[in-house]
Amino acid sequence: MSTPTPTEGRAAPEPIKAVPVRHPGRWIAAAVLLVLAAMFVNMLVTNDKFNWPFLLENMFSPPVLYGVWTTLKLTVLAMAVGISLGIAVAVMRLSGNPILAGLAWVYTWFFRAVPRLVLCVLFGNMGILYQNLELGLPFDNYWMPALGLDGDARFYSVPMNEVLTPFMAALLALALSQGAYMAEIVRAGLLSVDKGQTEAAQALGMGRGLILRRITLPQALRVIVPPTGNEVTAMLKDTSLVSAIPLTTELFFQLQAIGNRTFDLFPMLVAACLWYLAITSLLMVGQFFLERSFTRGDRSAQAEVTIMQSKAGH
Amino acid sequence: MSATAGGEDASTRAGDLPQAPGDDVMVLAENVHKSFGRLEVLRGIDLEVRRGEVMCVVGPSGSGKSTFLRCINHLEKINGGRLWVNGRLMGYRQHGGRLYELRDSQVAAQRRDIGMVFQAFNLFPHMSVLGNVVEAPVRVKREPRAAARETAMELLDKVGLADKAASFPRQLSGGQQQRVAIARALAMRPELMLFDEPTSALDPELVGEVLDVMKDLAREGMTMVVVTHEMGFAREVGDSLVFMDGGVVVESGAPKRVLTDPQHERTRAFLSKVL
Ligand SMILES: Nc1ncnc2c1ncn2[C@@H]1O[C@H](COP(=O)(O)OP(=O)(O)OP(=O)(O)O)[C@@H](O)[C@H]1O
Ligand SMILES: [Mg+2]
Repeated sequence: MSTPTPTEGRAAPEPIKAVPVRHPGRWIAAAVLLVLAAMFVNMLVTNDKFNWPFLLENMFSPPVLYGVWTTLKLTVLAMAVGISLGIAVAVMRLSGNPILAGLAWVYTWFFRAVPRLVLCVLFGNMGILYQNLELGLPFDNYWMPALGLDGDARFYSVPMNEVLTPFMAALLALALSQGAYMAEIVRAGLLSVDKGQTEAAQALGMGRGLILRRITLPQALRVIVPPTGNEVTAMLKDTSLVSAIPLTTELFFQLQAIGNRTFDLFPMLVAACLWYLAITSLLMVGQFFLERSFTRGDRSAQAEVTIMQSKAGH
Repeated sequence: MSATAGGEDASTRAGDLPQAPGDDVMVLAENVHKSFGRLEVLRGIDLEVRRGEVMCVVGPSGSGKSTFLRCINHLEKINGGRLWVNGRLMGYRQHGGRLYELRDSQVAAQRRDIGMVFQAFNLFPHMSVLGNVVEAPVRVKREPRAAARETAMELLDKVGLADKAASFPRQLSGGQQQRVAIARALAMRPELMLFDEPTSALDPELVGEVLDVMKDLAREGMTMVVVTHEMGFAREVGDSLVFMDGGVVVESGAPKRVLTDPQHERTRAFLSKVL
């Protein structure tokens, strides 16, 4: 009987050479898909309904580029307003004040229940409610006559159609809807922060606003940022809904208009796909770097700990 | 008629309420009651912590030690009794025999000169060690950043962690984190420090380094209320020892006396288990 000798001094074994398992199914599937892809590319090139020269000529025409600009502007503004609203509504929900929490709940309930397309059309038609938008004391039409006073208590008035332009209607519809979704995301983020953080900050004499701004919100961002990135992409795509208001300067409306005018709609729809594809891809790259920068603190911290441990080991 | 009499009665009783304690008293609790819903956690706590005193609080789990500590800096609202810190009624203003709740900002202001150290450290993980320590002085007291940094570095040096100023909390051991937490509380120049089982979450070999910092602090004359299971610390550093059970103070006195010659059966039973 020989006891196994310690690994030291033993020759390394020969590397294993074995026949790998074959996967014929994979090869067949790949071949089928390749043929389908080739057929698709062939169609793109040979089917003249795509009308590529016409598509390329119009895809970068000034009205379409202006449409891209409008779409981007609408996305950024709607997200900015939506995020601010979301933070405010989430804070209201968590405030412990039953009236504020109830209001916040009703807001989220309504704007998450109604489809964005319906909201867009609704806000586009809001102008029929009032001719003018007026600033003044509420219910003056009741209490002024009751007090025996003539006239009204309104100090400022603008025609409704000057305020509620199609762009404003689009922005309102998208931002209010986004606010409701952001409120849920921000709330989940704030709830993910350990209660001990708030208590430690309170014990240091920090007030509510300061604690939110400096302690809880920054920590909640790790939970808030990833879904918000997805929301930006979704918002970019949903800006196409505002062509129903109609907001005529928007990208999808412009492409459709060219298609309808020239009786050659299909290439313009493809152009819309290409534009949304391009912008969304750019956004996804941005999201990748943003998320990476948010976890960087952890990773470098982790690296440093590893270095410390390896130093301690020596 | 009887309703009016009752009202008068109540107002005279309120008028007879004890007035703010003298200058040498840091904490005065009078008949402090606290319930969570129907659960009565504190059932009439009376105690006094004098300026410069180190009071250790011991007792079985669930006896209300943490709750009492949290009442002192008004992290919990008391339901009855009175609690003064540094001559001020915590959380309320007493005027004409009535109590008025203080606003959030006023409560926050009251907390500024009370430091608190938690069992779970509760450092801010998104800030560096230095960031943790300067945060409150800069944001709450509006100290100039440079001055706050200088003080913070002195405090970190004092707890032996000046070389960790740029590290983040998660890179530190538990003992180091707790020492940073102590430095963070001291940065507000508190007149009273509350410790809630500061070493209970630590590996045994790290307990000593935190207790050493606390001993230094006691030696410098800091007023401290320490909830702890470290009987050695209580005996060596404590000026008084309070034994709590079931939401009341069962026994209190000089630590040596309480530990070696407990007067109550419940104290004896508890000590026989932990010593
Ligand atoms: N926020 C709260 N809501 C409801 N009950 C609570 C709350 N905080 C504490 N309690 C209850 O109050 C009682 C006393 O709790 P407390 O934390 O003060 O005990 P303790 O003496 O500190 O115990 P331990 O030694 O385990 O820390 C426990 O029964 C606990 O469950
Ligand atoms: Mg406790």
